[in-house]
Amino acid sequence: MDATANLPPQTRGLTVTARRAAETLAISLGSVALSALLFSVFLLLLGKSPVQFFQLVWTGGFGSAFSIQNTLQRSAPIILTALAFAIPAIIGLTMIGAEGALVLGGFVAAITALPLIAAGAPPLVLLPLAAAAAMVTGAALIMLVGWLRHARSVNETISSLLLTYIAIATMNFFVEGIFRDPASANKPSTMPWGKENMVGAIPGTDVHWGLVAGAVLAVALWLLMSRTTFGFAARVTGGNPRAARAQGLPVGSIILTCTALSGACAGLAGFFEVAAIHGQANASLVAGYGFTGILVSFLARQNPLAIVPIAIVFGAIEASGGLIQRRMGLPDATSALLQGLIFVMLLASDALYGRLPLFREREGA
Amino acid sequence: MKDLAAPQTRAIGLETVGMTKVFGPLVALDDVSINVAPGSFHALLGENGAGKSTLVKCILGFYQPTRGTILVNGAEARIPTPAAARDIGIGMVYQHFTLVPCLSVAENLVIARGDKAPVIDWKAEKAALTAFMDRMPFRVPLETPVSALSAGEKQKLEILKQLYLNQHFLILDEPTSVLTPGEADQVLGLLRGMTEAGEITVLMITHKFREVTAFADAVSVLRRGRQVGGGPVSEMSTDAMSRLMIGEAEVRPPEARAEGVASDLQLELTALYVDDDEGLPAVEALDLKVRGGEIVGVAGVSGNGQSELVEAITGQRPLKDGRIFINGKPFEATRRDYHGFKVFGLPEEPLRNAAVRRMTVAENIAFRAFDRPPMAGLGWWLKPAQMRRRAAELIAAYRVKTPSTETPIENLSGGNVQRAVLARELSQDVRVLIVANPCFGLDFVSVAEIRAQIVAARNRGAAVLLVSEDLDEILELSDRVAVMSGGRIVHIAPGAEADRQTIGKYMAGHA
Repeated sequence: MDATANLPPQTRGLTVTARRAAETLAISLGSVALSALLFSVFLLLLGKSPVQFFQLVWTGGFGSAFSIQNTLQRSAPIILTALAFAIPAIIGLTMIGAEGALVLGGFVAAITALPLIAAGAPPLVLLPLAAAAAMVTGAALIMLVGWLRHARSVNETISSLLLTYIAIATMNFFVEGIFRDPASANKPSTMPWGKENMVGAIPGTDVHWGLVAGAVLAVALWLLMSRTTFGFAARVTGGNPRAARAQGLPVGSIILTCTALSGACAGLAGFFEVAAIHGQANASLVAGYGFTGILVSFLARQNPLAIVPIAIVFGAIEASGGLIQRRMGLPDATSALLQGLIFVMLLASDALYGRLPLFREREGA
Repeated sequence: MKDLAAPQTRAIGLETVGMTKVFGPLVALDDVSINVAPGSFHALLGENGAGKSTLVKCILGFYQPTRGTILVNGAEARIPTPAAARDIGIGMVYQHFTLVPCLSVAENLVIARGDKAPVIDWKAEKAALTAFMDRMPFRVPLETPVSALSAGEKQKLEILKQLYLNQHFLILDEPTSVLTPGEADQVLGLLRGMTEAGEITVLMITHKFREVTAFADAVSVLRRGRQVGGGPVSEMSTDAMSRLMIGEAEVRPPEARAEGVASDLQLELTALYVDDDEGLPAVEALDLKVRGGEIVGVAGVSGNGQSELVEAITGQRPLKDGRIFINGKPFEATRRDYHGFKVFGLPEEPLRNAAVRRMTVAENIAFRAFDRPPMAGLGWWLKPAQMRRRAAELIAAYRVKTPSTETPIENLSGGNVQRAVLARELSQDVRVLIVANPCFGLDFVSVAEIRAQIVAARNRGAAVLLVSEDLDEILELSDRVAVMSGGRIVHIAPGAEADRQTIGKYMAGHA
């Protein structure tokens, strides 16, 4: 009682917020450092040098203009798939279907464009339509999971994972079947768009526009979730669905909207993979970006703004994979192991929140 | 297996000397010495957080005291584990049942023994159990599945289980909270009889003065971890006991009930049907009317459809059938109707039903108004500064103890969470108020404040539906008392004429 009487609560608010931000930063960095340490032990057991490994990650990720562009190129889809995980996570759903939405969205974009290209549509018409098709496809897939959750109480984690397999199998079915380009002998693919119809690079770089799209969407979704009434209602729903219902919030439509946004982000990632990288849909779309996004979103604690820099770090780990493979003779799965370690550490570190004396808030203190 | 045939008539005496338990910076128990004589019925009084359960957990071996010793029958005893307590003969009856519903009474008793015999000789067990039951002052049919027992019978079985395990020092944690008044008196009377016969010693945690004066010999009162008083019940008035429990804290006097505030306003529940989580009917054909300026209290034993009813009214659970009307217009639990009809609510367990743990106090206080000016611009743009300003006003007006407006609400104590919810729900013009167990688990000061606020809302002309498992609360606050049993309203009486016995009979479902 005295604490609030002596000090106006607003003035104390800032330090509280700052202390909580510092806690998040310390715990996240701590768990990443600990996973790096464990990973180093693993490398030492293999007889490899951890120092060399981390040096190569730096060289391969940020060492030259080429590697920085390579990193950014790879972080574009990761930003989008991390957003696809973060938005449902804010309303309390653990949605791991971004991989499926990416693959199916990319495939639908690839085939939507083909008749338009044949009809001679210019890229300015063609690309937005293909992007829209990818986003609608991804949105429909993840919304289906959201609807099953809301109306039928189906566990969203399981159904989104299983739908991912269905999505990949669906793409394979069509790519190996009626949409197969007869010229793609070893790797079944859809008909190529042709260089002139694809998304170009940001002027002065080799990085495609997907990076810009990801960054813009991250800011927009951050604003939506933290500064609008819809975002507030979504956070209430995620924090306590019972309380949200008792407040008369439209829980069902909030779930459907958030899952649609999630699927659209993942679908857009698929569009850029097709429109900027491959120029066609094939098994290369199944690159695991959807799953890396989960990890990035976890590290960012579902904050869309924090997703961008963290996605770039993970883009660097992916970009340096080839270099590490050549120089150290380590298999490709090595970086997946590092990512897995970080993930487990992060999950475990969640228990630390509110327990570190340094960041603890004292009542009336 | 212990020899159950030899009746042991020695009740155990237990004494704690200077019990102290420290958790980090918190001193949960500070130098508590109580003496429970063999064959006595000892009451342990105290508010939530006073240290009653910490003391009991130390006695039972769940915690190791930081300092202090336990004497059993005058000799120092070490109780490193719950199993050690059981071997000494100290048994515990918990507030909520620890029986397996799908097993029979006999099976529950045998598995409780936990001697892990690979093969159970049921014939011998049944004979031993029948002999055991014959010695007991009360019995429960051995072959009945526990799910078919009434709450009173289950509580009796919990006690029988401890006796069957040869426990002669029974600790009971608020044993009557799930019983009707009649069942409570019966169970406590039986225990009282057994203490008088020297069979057992009882240490009962409670906050009901009535039970203390009617059944206990001696009482110890704890406040904030300290022993603040005690002695023979015959030498203490309830006033003295309540002063010891509450201490110097200022308790708000009850709000006087204003006359002539009745209005035409009306909340009407018509033919409501609601299912429980298993899809079984929980509320059936329920009709109830609440006028403006009136508190209608719904009494009932826990689990008779009250929580499902409240959840259905507040939109947490679908209505299977029936309608809710306010002033003759249909009401649904949407934001538009909540706002339009000015419907507010104080649910039970506010952290579970009315607040979001990880959101800040300011955000939690904004739940009702975040989507309207001045907190929302253009209908969708949030203004956190407005939110904080409003929260700071309400925190001061409702004396919510919080370090700041930006503290996650989960860091507040239970009483302060409920005050924050109260501030949010009652600071506006309230026409209809839905209240469910609003004081559950709160301290005296908060309880008095919350009850006064509820009556104040009624005095301002609100129609108040109060659902509570605390009959004293219902009788204190209600203008009319409705009794709910088996999902239906089985009895309605004006508050002034309602008496405990009649209501108890209707609560038990046989009247």
